[in-house]
Amino acid sequence: MAGQAKGNPWFISVFVLMIFLLAWHFFTLTSLFDARGLTDEQLQLMEFNGDIVKTPDGGYAWNPEKEKVKGVPGPLAVLEKAKAELAEAFVIKGTNDHGIAYLVFYTVSRFAGGFLAASVIAIMLGVVLGLNKVLFRAVNPFIQILKPISPLAWMPLLLYTVKDPKWTAILVVFMAAIWPTLATTAFGVSSLRKEYLHVAAIVQLSWHKRLFKVILPGAAPTIVNGLRISFGSALVAVVPAEMLLGELGVGYLSWIEWNNLDIAGVIFAILVVGVVGVILDSGFNKLAGLVTYQE
Amino acid sequence: MSFLHIDHVSKYFPNPSGEGQICIFRDATIKIEKGEFVTVIGHSGCGKSTLLNIIAGLETPSEGGVILNGREASGPGLDRMVVFQNFALMPWMTVFENIALAVRSAYPDWSAAQVKAHVDKYIALVGLKGAENKRPVALSGGMKQRVGLARAFSIEPKVLLLDEPFAQIDALTRGVIQEELIQMWNATRNTVFMVTHDVDEAILLSDRILLMTNGPEARIAEMVHVTVPRPRSRETVIEHPYYYRIRNHIIHFLVRHAKHERGSGMTPGGDSGGDAQIVEVNFEKESPRAQLTAL
Repeated sequence: MAGQAKGNPWFISVFVLMIFLLAWHFFTLTSLFDARGLTDEQLQLMEFNGDIVKTPDGGYAWNPEKEKVKGVPGPLAVLEKAKAELAEAFVIKGTNDHGIAYLVFYTVSRFAGGFLAASVIAIMLGVVLGLNKVLFRAVNPFIQILKPISPLAWMPLLLYTVKDPKWTAILVVFMAAIWPTLATTAFGVSSLRKEYLHVAAIVQLSWHKRLFKVILPGAAPTIVNGLRISFGSALVAVVPAEMLLGELGVGYLSWIEWNNLDIAGVIFAILVVGVVGVILDSGFNKLAGLVTYQE
Repeated sequence: MSFLHIDHVSKYFPNPSGEGQICIFRDATIKIEKGEFVTVIGHSGCGKSTLLNIIAGLETPSEGGVILNGREASGPGLDRMVVFQNFALMPWMTVFENIALAVRSAYPDWSAAQVKAHVDKYIALVGLKGAENKRPVALSGGMKQRVGLARAFSIEPKVLLLDEPFAQIDALTRGVIQEELIQMWNATRNTVFMVTHDVDEAILLSDRILLMTNGPEARIAEMVHVTVPRPRSRETVIEHPYYYRIRNHIIHFLVRHAKHERGSGMTPGGDSGGDAQIVEVNFEKESPRAQLTAL
């Protein structure tokens, strides 16, 4: 029957995941080293080159260090890496080698700082523009030009002006987050039903009550839509900002593992970015549900 | 000096297709005594809602002004509360909050308990007890407008402005709410200015009915005294001998489209009252000649 859901979607999700993991496992499987058919000279040359190592029982095996960069690591290798990283999640080994928990914290706080600052400023400006149609039309071309610029394009200029990678990273997130919220807030406020403002005017609400009881709640669903777009683009911007600026975080982790030629580490870092994104996103949706209403 | 004096009010809008201005209505002069219920009937586009908005202070007149209780009323205020055609309830607030927003504003010195008692009283008055914490989306059209009426009566305005209040309510519910409105009006004896295009509604509720010609350049052409004694109810009012004569007179006027016509033959009473331009119609005072034409 059309539109009728039967069965548990979780089963399907788990099934798809299993298929994926198995496929990943078998396609990345490498055969064990087989010394048969090779002369001692050839074996010595391969050992000298670092392709194989001597095992304690006198045989030979593929060099595990070289295995890491030969092809794509399988799910078990990534799992090993994840175990190792999570075991040291709260360990600081050196200036640039902080545990994964710290890295997540740095990224989330960098993201939150830039996103919140951008949201507050964008909503305030948006309300002003939304209430003043002439000003809105005067400023709108600038917003439209600035909105599509990749936030990363600002980075050299920001780095040059603020001369501090820490602040630059936050400002890149800020630049990514400000435009969508600004544009949608201005739109949401300007298309607020006139009667709501009329009621506010008749009952003589003070300007702050007008703002917090009528204008912002009334435009909230539209504003939340803008915030959601900003949220996505800020999340996308924070990873390359960390990579390019060398600021500690999960984006940086991915890059540093690439520099280490630790592909399992890169895959692990990608997964962490995904998990962090999902957690932030679900938190955002919870908050958004509180302020939206049905017409 | 009448309580509410709409003094030679005209409204012009800029011509959308070229230069100059379009006159919506011209020279509207209405004198309303305290406690009177006056209704304006006209076709869509005659500017009757614009006139109501001018009285409410939500729009400015191009010429003329509004005098309430001896003082010019410009800009919206708590003394002139509007009941809107589309209810204008804030969908993000509950029934209670919608009314309390107005009550708190009208009586800023009241404690929370006083506000609650007052709001509860008016919720009970419109029979919405138990729905205090519902949001407008959960209410039917009739219930929404009951909230709108409760909100308007709760701040005890000097003048109540009803802007086609029952137009969006189904016919059966409409009658019930009309009678509820009569009861509320009997209890408070507010001065009411209503705009509608429902002739039966106007006769049931009003003391006087003003008929407007079609726009543009609409004007108030006739003033019909509803010579049906109160208390009225939907059942009894239609049995009164004047009911259908008044009703037919108004419908004839509306059907003739009444473009710049002045009563044209159908002018019982015949004496044009205070204002030379408006033809006064009073079936109790009608002359024998007018009775003939009415037959």
